[in-house]
Amino acid sequence: MKEIVVISGKGGTGKTSLTASFAWLGGENVVVADCDVDAADMHLLLQPDFKHSEDFYSGEVAQIHQEECIQCGKCADVCRFDAIPVVDGKYVIDEISCEGCGYCPRVCPTDAITMEDQLSGKCFISTIKTGATMVHARLGIGSENSGKLVAKVKTEAKDVAEKTEKDYVIVDGSPGVGCPVVSSLSGAHFVVLVTEPSVSGLHDLKRVYQLVKKFGIPAGCIINKSDLNPEMSAQIESFLADEDIVLINSLPYDETFTKAMTQGQTIVEFDEGPLKEKISESWEVIKKAV
Amino acid sequence: MKIAIASGKGGTGKTTLSTNLSAFLAEQGKVVLTDLDVEEPNSGLFVNGTLQHAEDKFKMIPEWEQEKCTLCGICQEVCNYHAVIKMADQIMIFPELCHSCYACSELCPEEALPMIPQKMGELKQFNVNNLFFVESRLKIGEEQAVPLIKQTLQYVDAQFPKEIIKIYDSPPGTSCPVIEATKDADFVILITEPTPFGLHDLSLAVETMRELKKSFGVVINRYGIGNDDVLAYCEKEKVPVLAKIPNDRKIAELYSRGELIYRKVPEVKQQLDHIWKYIETTAGGRQ
Repeated sequence: MKEIVVISGKGGTGKTSLTASFAWLGGENVVVADCDVDAADMHLLLQPDFKHSEDFYSGEVAQIHQEECIQCGKCADVCRFDAIPVVDGKYVIDEISCEGCGYCPRVCPTDAITMEDQLSGKCFISTIKTGATMVHARLGIGSENSGKLVAKVKTEAKDVAEKTEKDYVIVDGSPGVGCPVVSSLSGAHFVVLVTEPSVSGLHDLKRVYQLVKKFGIPAGCIINKSDLNPEMSAQIESFLADEDIVLINSLPYDETFTKAMTQGQTIVEFDEGPLKEKISESWEVIKKAV
Repeated sequence: MKIAIASGKGGTGKTTLSTNLSAFLAEQGKVVLTDLDVEEPNSGLFVNGTLQHAEDKFKMIPEWEQEKCTLCGICQEVCNYHAVIKMADQIMIFPELCHSCYACSELCPEEALPMIPQKMGELKQFNVNNLFFVESRLKIGEEQAVPLIKQTLQYVDAQFPKEIIKIYDSPPGTSCPVIEATKDADFVILITEPTPFGLHDLSLAVETMRELKKSFGVVINRYGIGNDDVLAYCEKEKVPVLAKIPNDRKIAELYSRGELIYRKVPEVKQQLDHIWKYIETTAGGRQ
């Protein structure tokens, strides 16, 4: 079983549309994992049935039991997150600021503070329209620990792939370079970088590739909307050559991405033209590279 | 006046709107633009200013002092992040997991874990005419964006007087970094695109802003692509639509070269004016 992670650094490059297309092309031989848990969109193209769902608890949040509180303020003194303001003369927890470190209950002289498990999202195991399994999640609003939810989605997806003897786990990764994307990358066999020829696209590609390099994972790149700025595309290509990153394919600026999305379809289902061919070619290149 | 520009989905035009709105408003008075997308800061690519100031930003982590330690294990017990682990003959610290809560350090009976600064990123300030630009970038391998966002906000608050217009280019998503970036804002602009992904992520962002009790409005970018579901959603949810930026390949090309759009596309300038007029009348504007 090989794990392929698709990331982009920058948002809006077509990452999810391409990942869903690969999922479609992989048919029943793949397990799909949507690790962009902050803004999970792949379900809009693959129509999972949300069959199994599981609450996901991660981290804790402090709770002050007012009847025990003697207003000494020691909790607020030790809190480094300004999460214990005084409201109407009472110390209260600001749940959005609380990072669940558990320091305040340890200094409370009357044991008025307890730490409660925090429900931070839901994890789903579904069957999608190709018959394959998809693991996906929804993070609670403003929740922390999306990195842990990403890890959970990946572990579940790998479990299913091993049990059902599938060859590939295809992961739609998170944006940025922080904890969710670190979680998305860990254990991957191959990384597909989706970029676009813009100053931001190249900037973000370089940063996220520094992270990929730290993990030592082999990588390939798809330049989407490549004709939007041919000069910038050439710059990206020379960066790829310098770094020994496989150029998987260059795709044209094409509103088919949006049209297919509006129909709730992957591009390879919707399109019958050269774009479909190019994406199919890309999937073959990726499979060979893994 | 603090205006945060956010979106659930990435790539919908946060940076485009932040940089264009800032430059547009700077034609009439001082503006501070701050890039809080510390994982992938892009605004600087569109602001060609002179560097005025640079500083490293640190987070505090515990450092083990072997000679004082009795290996009692309290540090490991109090750390909720598993960032401090007691081994048979030593204490191991995992800085990337540490949230700088100080519990291990201050609850250590031997004072064997003093907190020391560790570099997590860099802050820079640039200036061009009336526009001041502040950006922070997270060191690669550093996992937590929130502490750097917090320090960047503190820097801006300390450096610039209250009455200056402050625009914040926020990180994408709906989790902790975007909460940190928007929680002090007087007004939040959510930018989206009229597609199923745009709509889905916009609805998450709207929920987040309601949770934070923010006043906010929506800007639809690439208007004309996709369908009308975003407009219908905004109408149904009574969310004001402040502007519609047309779907135009020329705009995408200007963006790709790092150019400001409103100077070349008059319609975009008009839309920026709409946005500002709305904020000025509803949220107070320049104070």
